[in-house]
Amino acid sequence: MNRAARYRLAAILGIVLLLELLCRSGVIDRLTMPPPSVILRDLVLILASGSMNKAMLKTFINVSIAFGLSVVIGVVLGVAIHGWRLVRQGLDPLFATYYAIPVYAFYPLFIVLFGLGDVPQILIGFMLAVVAMIVNTLNGLDRVSRVLLKTARVYRLGAVATAMRITLPSAAPYLMTGIKLAVAYAFIGVIGAEFIMSQTGMGYEISFAYNNLDNATMYPLILLVLAVSTGINVALSHWEKIIMQRRGQS
Amino acid sequence: MHAQVLLRGVTRVYSAGALDRPVHALGPIDLELRRGEFFAVVGPSGCGKSTLLELIAGLSPMTEGSIDFEGRPIAGSVPDGVGVVFQEDACFPWLTVTDNIAFGLRQAGTETGELRRRLDHALELMGLTEFAQAYPAQLSGGMRQRVCIARTLVLQPRLILLDEPFGALDQQTRLLMGDELLRLWRDTGSTVLLITHALDEATMLADRIAVMSARPGRILEIVETRWPRERDSRIVAEASFGEITGRLWRALREESLKAIGKKAAGA
Repeated sequence: MNRAARYRLAAILGIVLLLELLCRSGVIDRLTMPPPSVILRDLVLILASGSMNKAMLKTFINVSIAFGLSVVIGVVLGVAIHGWRLVRQGLDPLFATYYAIPVYAFYPLFIVLFGLGDVPQILIGFMLAVVAMIVNTLNGLDRVSRVLLKTARVYRLGAVATAMRITLPSAAPYLMTGIKLAVAYAFIGVIGAEFIMSQTGMGYEISFAYNNLDNATMYPLILLVLAVSTGINVALSHWEKIIMQRRGQS
Repeated sequence: MHAQVLLRGVTRVYSAGALDRPVHALGPIDLELRRGEFFAVVGPSGCGKSTLLELIAGLSPMTEGSIDFEGRPIAGSVPDGVGVVFQEDACFPWLTVTDNIAFGLRQAGTETGELRRRLDHALELMGLTEFAQAYPAQLSGGMRQRVCIARTLVLQPRLILLDEPFGALDQQTRLLMGDELLRLWRDTGSTVLLITHALDEATMLADRIAVMSARPGRILEIVETRWPRERDSRIVAEASFGEITGRLWRALREESLKAIGKKAAGA
């Protein structure tokens, strides 16, 4: 572990310890937030009892679907748009302003269109994630060196083979950035949608516990979501680092 | 000896953009490459040498004329049996040295035993065996260029096109890479077309050297070196080495001045 990482870890531990002290001493009252050690204990109890398994499974499946679709469709659309200059020029302003659109504002419309099931929730996660994937795919493809494209022609690769074997591998570091964002957006979209209008899932359980002043459920679930999302991101960053090291860009 | 590559009246004009006029880059050029010879092209910068290579490789369309490779016209794609090595680093940074070299063989669906055999031979030949599992980023520029040459050679091309392959390397490395190239050329029996701006490199390596004019590039003169097929970089010490290099420079000096926008002194 390098020095920056040690300081980072120390800072996080320090904050947790401070919270623990503030909660234990009564500066933060129990109705606002239980001490971190209690949150952790409650989380272990919830996981052991299995009472949240259904909600967790449902949310993680929906996040996975939103994420998977956004990566596959985002890369395919990215490659297609990259090869089609006019469409690219037409869509660029949309990509530039896309994240200024509050996607949740369309949630009632999605419910009218697709009902109260999982589809609108997955759709929100997908809509948030897919554009990050498209934009980063385009970004990566723009930076593929010309000599590699010429090399593809020397090996007489067709359009699909060129994308699969030359341009996408070459753009891999940028795709990784897109993938990391897509994971985060899929989580935000799905869990956010569960908060607003849903009868199941982690987001719903957190908001249900909040409405019932059930801190012993709410905080552990928040911690769980945080841990899973951070864990996935750390794993992806590690993979990204390996890719960059191979290219001598660590 | 019959022509392996035959160019007749080849020109290349880059069509006009929105603001500028069309650029006549090359030609007309008539040229014959004989099977198995080492042919070099020298010329002032911007004379269209690289364009010439791209036309022969089928990477760029010609405006007029025709190019035949082994009796068949080249149209729009790289013909089977032609390998190209570029000046820029064209290694695939996401693949190991071995996977880089195997790229074309896998593309062609070569069966595993043959693939292994050719890979080992290429690694050995290019002195890359101990770097077989390294990634290009771990290698020097010269080593990376060797990977690109090996990647081309394993496909056993009958014509190898080299676009200033040693342009980014230092002088000593260039001489040694030149030796290796001569050895490979002798061993494989392939025809080699080398594009270079280095006159001494052309003199040392080639059987015949075409001197090109400033843009639009035309062939001014073809110089025969008459070196024996068994040769290496030590020929730089021979008297005729200086004579040939001097002859190339006499032909080129005025053109090079034109290329940088000046008139030849006393011309």
